[in-house]
Amino acid sequence: MYTQALNTKDAPDTAEPEAHAARFQERIDTEERIEANDWMPEAYRRTLIRQISQHAHSEIVGMLPEGNWITRAPSLRRKAALLAKVQDEGGHGLYLYAAAETLGVSREELVDQLLAQKARYSSIFNYPTLTWADIGAIGWLVDGAAIMNQIPLCRCSYGPYARAMIRICKEESFHQRQGYEIMVTLARGTPEQKEMAQDALNRWWAPCLMMFGPPDTESQHSDTSMAWKIKRFTNDSLRQKFIDATVPQAHHIGLAIPDPALRLDEASGHWLTGPIDWEEFRRVLAGGGPCNRERLAARRRAHETGAWVREAAMAHAAKQSAQKQAA
Amino acid sequence: MPTTSITLDETPLVLHLLRRADDALILGHRLSEWTGHAPTLEEELALANMALDLIGQARLLYAYAGSLAGHDEDQLAYLRDARAWRNCLLVELPNGDFAQTILRIVLFSAFMDPCWQATTRSADPTLAAIAAKAEKEVAYHLRHSAEWLIRLGDGTEESHRRAEAALDALWPYSGELFEADAADQAMIDAGIAPDPATLRGTWDATLADVLARATLARPGDTWMQTGGRTGRHTEHLGYLLADLQYLQRAYPGATW
Repeated sequence: MYTQALNTKDAPDTAEPEAHAARFQERIDTEERIEANDWMPEAYRRTLIRQISQHAHSEIVGMLPEGNWITRAPSLRRKAALLAKVQDEGGHGLYLYAAAETLGVSREELVDQLLAQKARYSSIFNYPTLTWADIGAIGWLVDGAAIMNQIPLCRCSYGPYARAMIRICKEESFHQRQGYEIMVTLARGTPEQKEMAQDALNRWWAPCLMMFGPPDTESQHSDTSMAWKIKRFTNDSLRQKFIDATVPQAHHIGLAIPDPALRLDEASGHWLTGPIDWEEFRRVLAGGGPCNRERLAARRRAHETGAWVREAAMAHAAKQSAQKQAA
Repeated sequence: MPTTSITLDETPLVLHLLRRADDALILGHRLSEWTGHAPTLEEELALANMALDLIGQARLLYAYAGSLAGHDEDQLAYLRDARAWRNCLLVELPNGDFAQTILRIVLFSAFMDPCWQATTRSADPTLAAIAAKAEKEVAYHLRHSAEWLIRLGDGTEESHRRAEAALDALWPYSGELFEADAADQAMIDAGIAPDPATLRGTWDATLADVLARATLARPGDTWMQTGGRTGRHTEHLGYLLADLQYLQRAYPGATW
C-alpha cells in the first residue's frame, strides 16, 4: 500500500554522467527491469528507498491497529484469520526492508528513521480501531485501497520491489476478501451489528480516500516517478478506481457511503464524491491524527524494551564464533 | 448460541480434551499479545506462528470435545467462566518480559513434545490424529524457544539475569504439568493418554541440556503451584477471559 512517499520531490541530480542517464531512461522506456547492481541515478535510488521504506514502515505500524483486536476476536476462526493477517503484514515489512536493503541502506537505519520521525508511514494507521467492525472495514477498505496502489507497483521499474509486490498483492487481495466477508456478516447480522458496520464505514471512508495522496492538481511531484515507471497512475485516477469498485460493494450489503454528494455520473460511469477534507489529511500527516503519538510510542517501546534481547543474541553469536575460531 | 455460560458433562475424555485444549488456547492467547511489540521483526513472525499453531490445536480439540459434549468450539472457548477452565496455571500467567515468555514456551513444550509423541499411539484415533499434527508443531516450538533461552542465558549479563529471574518465577508452575487425577488415570488405563509420570525423564533431560547450554542452574526442589486442572486459577485468568470473551458476552447470540 502506501505510496504517499511518491508525493515528495527530490532535488534534481546534477553531474550524473549523461550517457548513463540516457541509457538508464532507455531501459525504463523499453520496460526493462532495473536490478540492484545496475547503474541508476541517485535521485531514483533515493526515491525508491523512501518509497519502499515508507511502505515497509506502514506494514509494521499497520500491525498495531489490527493487533488491537486479536485477543478480542469474536470467534476462534476470526481470531486465527486476524492473527495470520497481521503476521502476513509483518512478513511484508520484512521483505520490503530486504528490498530496500538492495539499494544500499540497512534495516536498522530505516527503523531509526521511523522512530526519529524522519520517515513516514501511511496516514491511515493513525486512526483507531474502536469496534470489531473496524477489522472488517480495514480489510475491505484499507487493503482494498492498498491493492489499487499496489497492483501497478508489480510492474515497477525496480526489479526487487516489483517482485516483492507480486507476492504482497496476492496476500492483500486475500485480506481484502476476508475483510469484506466480515462486513457482509455484520451487515446481515443483528441491528446492533449492522449499526456497528455502518459506523465503521462512516469513520474509515474519508481517510481511505486520502490514502491515495493529494489531488493531481496539488501533486506536481509524481512526474519523475511516472517517467521512471515507479508510479504508473496518478493519485486521482487510482482514487476514482477505488471509489468505483467500492461503492457498489457497500450498496450490495445495504451500507451507505457517508457522503451526501455521492452520485453516479451517467455519462462517464464514475461515482463522483463530494469534497475531501485535505486539511485533515495534512494535519494527520504532520502528526495531528488521533493515534500518531500512540503508534510511534508503541514502536519505540518495542524497540527499546527489545534492545537487551537483540544485544544478547549478538553477544551469544559473537561467543559462538569466537569458540569456533579457537577450535 | 446460549446467552449464558454453558454447563458441561465432563466425562474423563471430555475433561482430558479440555485440559489439552485450554492449555493451547490460553498460551496461544498470551503469545498473540506480543503481536506488534516483539524485540525483532523475525521474532514477531515466530511468536505469531506459535500462537497460530496453538490456537489451531485448541480448535481441533474443542471440536472433538464439543462433538462429545454437545457444543461447538466457540461455545467452549467463549461461554465458560474462569472456574470451568482446565488449563494449567503456567500458561495463564502474564507474559512478563521476553525471557519469561520464552522460558514458559520451553517448560511447556518440553512436556508437550513427548506428550504429543506418545499420544500419536493413542487408542482414540481422533486424538491420535490431532497429536500427529500437534507433535510436529510443538517440536518446532521447543527448538525455537530453547535456542532463544540459550542465547539469553549465555548472552549478556542483563539477559542472563533476566533468564535467571524467569526461571525463578516460573519453576514452581512446572510441577502441575505432571499431575494426574482419577480422570487422567482412567484415560491412561484406557490407553488414550500417556501417563505424565513416564514423560518426566524426557522433560528432565531436555531441561538439563538446555539449561546447561544456557549457563543457567536448575532451581532446587520447591513447593509446586497447583489448581488449574480443577478450575482454581490465578487472579490473571479472569482478565484474560474478559478480553477473550468480550464480544460474545456483550452481544449474546450474535453470529460473527
